[in-house]
Amino acid sequence: MNRKLSFLISIIFIAVFALSACSTAAPTEAPVVATDAPAAATEAPAEPVVITWWHISTKDPALSSWQKMADDYMAAHPNVKIEITVLENEAFKTKLTTVMQSGEVPDIFQSWGQGGMIEQVNAGLLQDITDELDANNGEWRNSLGALDAFAVNGRNYGVPWDMGAVTFWYNKDLFAQAGIEKTPETWSEFLEDCEKLKAAGITPIAVGEGDKWPGMHIWAYLVSRIGGAEAFAAAADMSDARTGSFEDPAFIQAGYELKKLVDGGYFQEGFLGATHDDMQAAFGNGKAAMILGGQWSPSVQAANSADLQGVKNLGMFNFPAVEGGAGLVTDIVGGGNGFAIGKDAEPEAIDFVKYLTSLENQIIIAQDNTGIPVAKGAEVGLTDPNMVMVSQAVANSTYYQLYFDQVLPSAMGGIINDAVQKIFAGTATPEEVCAEIEAGFLAQ
Amino acid sequence: MSLFSTANHSGIPSGSKNSMRRITNSLGIFLFLLPGLVIFLIFVIYPIFRSIYFSTFDWNGLGPAVDNVGIQNYKDILTDKVFLKSIINVLIIIVLSLGIQLPLALLLATLVGRDLPGRAVYRTIFFLPYVLSEVNAAIMWMLLFNADPERGLLNGILVALNLQPVGWLSDMKVVLFSVFIALTWKYFGFHMLLYLTGLQNIPTEIEEAACIDGANSFQSFFHITLPLLSSTIKTSVYMSVLGSIQQFILVWIMTKGGPVNASETMATYMYRFGFVRFDLGYGSAVAIIMFIFCVVFSLIYQQLTREPDYLTGL
Repeated sequence: MNRKLSFLISIIFIAVFALSACSTAAPTEAPVVATDAPAAATEAPAEPVVITWWHISTKDPALSSWQKMADDYMAAHPNVKIEITVLENEAFKTKLTTVMQSGEVPDIFQSWGQGGMIEQVNAGLLQDITDELDANNGEWRNSLGALDAFAVNGRNYGVPWDMGAVTFWYNKDLFAQAGIEKTPETWSEFLEDCEKLKAAGITPIAVGEGDKWPGMHIWAYLVSRIGGAEAFAAAADMSDARTGSFEDPAFIQAGYELKKLVDGGYFQEGFLGATHDDMQAAFGNGKAAMILGGQWSPSVQAANSADLQGVKNLGMFNFPAVEGGAGLVTDIVGGGNGFAIGKDAEPEAIDFVKYLTSLENQIIIAQDNTGIPVAKGAEVGLTDPNMVMVSQAVANSTYYQLYFDQVLPSAMGGIINDAVQKIFAGTATPEEVCAEIEAGFLAQ
Repeated sequence: MSLFSTANHSGIPSGSKNSMRRITNSLGIFLFLLPGLVIFLIFVIYPIFRSIYFSTFDWNGLGPAVDNVGIQNYKDILTDKVFLKSIINVLIIIVLSLGIQLPLALLLATLVGRDLPGRAVYRTIFFLPYVLSEVNAAIMWMLLFNADPERGLLNGILVALNLQPVGWLSDMKVVLFSVFIALTWKYFGFHMLLYLTGLQNIPTEIEEAACIDGANSFQSFFHITLPLLSSTIKTSVYMSVLGSIQQFILVWIMTKGGPVNASETMATYMYRFGFVRFDLGYGSAVAIIMFIFCVVFSLIYQQLTREPDYLTGL
């Protein structure tokens, strides 16, 4: 009798479970029908639109500024609802990869352009917005710079909102202490200065090679100084007409020049395991004289320093020219941030991105020190003298080389980072490192 | 006959009633298991088969997988020096765990399991690291291991004692041991808890009897406590080995498997290829190899540690 009872109860439980599962599904479908019908019938003034937007500015002031721009836009367009998802950089990359497999991309999302974007375009996940850029005699296009970084075969799938440069940042007091009067313009001057700093008991350069990419930029700059724009472009060519290789002399020589810094002992103690924050802290605390870093460096080194003030007398100089190299001292390696447009984005989403990159909002980005604005005329918003220096370096650049790992397919970033770390660790020769990168490239 | 008669008390012919009851019984069991089974099939079994399927592709995760490369991924993995290095690293971590971490946990369990004053406090303290999130633990150890003596506590102490600072996370010969220290700190509390419950199941009468017979505490520990704890130790060794094979979060956050693969584990290797280099087919193949490792280990371990069952004669 007991068993029969328990059996009966179990049947009821399962039935309830099954029925409740069905019943929850039903109501969700109903409203969709309900909202569609009146819109189609009455031609309502504006159909409600939901825009999904993923960005990676997890900290203020950028976080609040983006929110305010969205709020203002929603206030001006009552039919538009903007759903913002804020993700940390690495979490964003992982989550984006996952949703892309399902083909469910957000309408607007963080992008670094080029390599990763090319793959997304080839997978049919992005929307071509070239026509919108060119509308009204190219009103939107002409208002922005650096659009090429977000174009694939001449068609734009996104727009930038920040474009900076990687440069050397240095501590003027430590340079003076070591008796260095002017910033180096050539590689041999640079090496001499490193030697002078070391002799004065100062760590010349801090690098966060545990995170790999900070050190990779030193190698990337050396490649671009030695081989000029052509060496990298020829090696990174994905077409059958590829003329270059990552084993070309420029890449190998770059490895040997980098090795001089390692062998000279110019990096801080424990650089191989140091993070990017560690490197910024060493510089911000005045324990190292230089770092190679992007436009974010002045604020990050201050945030990581013990007194939160960072270096008192901060200076900046371009990566020195390598004697006999094809690259100029004014060539810039850099990159920035932009927004890509997902394939299912409504026209309102594109209009919203246009609003985000408008002059007034770009000036806010500049004033907040969130980035180097790309809208023409927005540089007036830059108040920080360090940002003005970066902005000028970009404006005066003879050639703008986007970060290597952004130009190449996304897998290559990891491969180059892993390979170049071996030069820092001294576990492989520059030839072996270049061979590894070339093999990785051919496998793509 | 007795079984038969107890089942036959209601007067219905016993054979049909018995088989019907058996059917309703198993039907009941099946229905109760159904929701769990469905979830298990969808979230465990199905992904395993998907991974096996994807592991035969050269696929970057964008769009459908079309480039079938057969077993090439497996060939590449098993001939990759970095993967072999990660296996060696995992073996080192397993040996260190079994040789240092578990004995330490056992020692502490016997200490705090007995009449130590304030043992509840110690128990809580020792168990605390296990409750802490792995990410927090990893970041905390990164701060302690920081190479800069002014920022890292351990090097700060070494420098204060006029000793050479150690490149805890930057020296390729040291980094694996630094990771192991953090792993031990994080997980010994869990094993200690296992041993504590095991110790509670040992009847005090046996220990008292040994004591009366003149056994000292060492003899009592090695001849009574240890043998009676054997099934707990087996469980703890099993979980420790499987945990070492799958270890990821602490290592990835502290070292990313570096410098230059010096602290690479199989799981960080899988992540590197699956999610850093976006080679999801290759990453899936690594996952399958790890899965095979775990299954093979489990089967062998169960065979080796099976207690002879005198009752059934097996």
